[in-house]
Amino acid sequence: MGFVLDPLAFETLLKQLNTDSLIYGPKLYKNGGVFADTDCCRYGKITSRADLVLDKKSEFSFKEILTPVSQTMFYFIEDEIKEASVQPQNIYIFLRSCDLHAVKVQDAIYLQNGQPDYYYAKIREKVKFILIGCPSSFENCFCVAMGTNKTDAYAFSVDLKNGNYYINCQNDELAPLCRQLATKEVPVTPSFVTTNTTSVHCPPAEKITRDIAQSKLWDEYNDRCLACGRCTLVCPTCTCFTIQDFFYSEDKKTGERRRIMSSCMIDGFSKTNSNNYRPQKSQRMRFKVLHKIKYFKEKFGFNMCVGCGRCDDTCPEYISFTECLKKIDDAISEVRK
Amino acid sequence: MDINTKKLKKNGFRITTQRGITASRIRIPGGQLDAHFLPIIKEIADKYGNGTIHLTTRQGIEIPGIDFANISKVNTLLQPLIEACDIPQKEKYAGYPAAGTRNISACIGTPVCPYACFDTATLAKKIDKLIYPNDIHLKVAITGCPMDCAKVRMHDFGIIGMTLPHLEEDRCISCGACGRTCNIKSVGALKAVNFRPRRNEKKCIGCGECVLVCPNAAWTRSQKKYFMLTALGRSGKKNPRLAQTFIKWADEESILKIISNTYSFIQKYMNGNAPGGKEHLGYIVDRVGFPEFKKWVLRDVTLPPIAEVSDCNLQTGLKY
Repeated sequence: MGFVLDPLAFETLLKQLNTDSLIYGPKLYKNGGVFADTDCCRYGKITSRADLVLDKKSEFSFKEILTPVSQTMFYFIEDEIKEASVQPQNIYIFLRSCDLHAVKVQDAIYLQNGQPDYYYAKIREKVKFILIGCPSSFENCFCVAMGTNKTDAYAFSVDLKNGNYYINCQNDELAPLCRQLATKEVPVTPSFVTTNTTSVHCPPAEKITRDIAQSKLWDEYNDRCLACGRCTLVCPTCTCFTIQDFFYSEDKKTGERRRIMSSCMIDGFSKTNSNNYRPQKSQRMRFKVLHKIKYFKEKFGFNMCVGCGRCDDTCPEYISFTECLKKIDDAISEVRK
Repeated sequence: MDINTKKLKKNGFRITTQRGITASRIRIPGGQLDAHFLPIIKEIADKYGNGTIHLTTRQGIEIPGIDFANISKVNTLLQPLIEACDIPQKEKYAGYPAAGTRNISACIGTPVCPYACFDTATLAKKIDKLIYPNDIHLKVAITGCPMDCAKVRMHDFGIIGMTLPHLEEDRCISCGACGRTCNIKSVGALKAVNFRPRRNEKKCIGCGECVLVCPNAAWTRSQKKYFMLTALGRSGKKNPRLAQTFIKWADEESILKIISNTYSFIQKYMNGNAPGGKEHLGYIVDRVGFPEFKKWVLRDVTLPPIAEVSDCNLQTGLKY
């Protein structure tokens, strides 16, 4: 069902949703950028349409809502524990097609990978998705190559055209509200990107052999990569976390256990009691890239990488994931010759 | 030949080793100039100079080899350039109105340098408008961050950009990058407490390294711009010395007021019998004492609540 909402009606829609739900979406944090006098577009609470940024790719992804950077799992006093309460409201998340495909990846890892993850499931069941129509590709996007440029897994979609909000509502509960607010009821198809400026051929998982894993192509990343972890922190499909026990008292009898977002790229992440099994940055890059296009696919049947290009947008050393894919592709062709 | 050398110097020209030959000293606040005006400099150098230019230590451009007779022609050609730099003039087409208060030099600042905490050239132009034209000899330099690439501690006043870092605790992933960087590159103001960095407010110099290195936007910059004001640095033959920090966490408004107050202080205490009728600020303060200087320059200044004012020890520097 398609509806056209003028700005005032869209504002009312957000206010209505906000009465019993939280809304998250890309938001501009003024002077929130790394460099002075630069802004940062990342996810935050949306209470008005003025908060919502529809024309920029957010630097960080929606995943911070499903898997908070810092999440208290439970509190403890000696041998008693109290589970941390989860905020009770439903959640709406504005995101693009590529990110909706990333939700599928998050679900696979947290819900379909053996025992479902309790903490993820508790938040996930509250979430509905609002698709942001994507009329044109941003820099470094390669969703078309990854097949994530289209989706229908949303409650409703939003396209801002000539000052009006075009909505395709697929949710029966929300349709009456949209109808009530709409100036017009017309068929609406959300905008989907059909070409990207970054063209890349993603090497098929089955063609990536042990030879590729041992190739010299990874070596350059030893010098180039800073191991800062930005590529994975912005990635909508990376799920690495670590556990911290935060003690309130010196006797360590009271405190809380937290789950903290982490990264396979940073120093110390792959350190166990006596061993660091990926000490070199080339090994971490190899693991990260092959997880995205091979290991995950072998387990779940689809690619982990959704082609949002945030890793390429953010790398301070201008290391490009898509360039790495090209190198793998070239290495495969060479082996074939 | 009869020429008033005092007037010539104030007009932005120089007495040189060659008799009757001068050099034009072009003032470029903040060292920032629209490239569109470069042909003027080339034209003056080719037509009236010796075809060369010198990039000065204070980020001006000097055109040597100009005959005294051509000074007014050079001033006419300079007019669009003077206007482009937004330099206050008493009379159009008459060149520069003063030379005492030197060009405000600055590092490149935020538009280009990732480390910079603010737009240095814009502040340089603002200060230039505040204190120029003026015959009082004063050197002010500006730098974007405490790295001090502009070497502002060699100047009467140095302005160093600072940012007050804020940690959004729940975005911290405990990677330790901020603490390591602060230890290696800066002052070691961060210590991990319960997996998260804690900032030593007294130690922190507001360089922003923690913000730059934070991979998850847990550290962010303050909306308000802060500055470190250094005072009474100087080169020279008598007693060169590096400036000490006068105020940490000052704001722009306070700095502008302090600099303009300094002119009243100099007028009150300058020894008129000094060579060339001018005595440098640092030597005046050496004579009258730091407390008197502080009293004068802080008059009607309202500093931000977090500002820290220190007394500068004047007994430092090289003594021969």
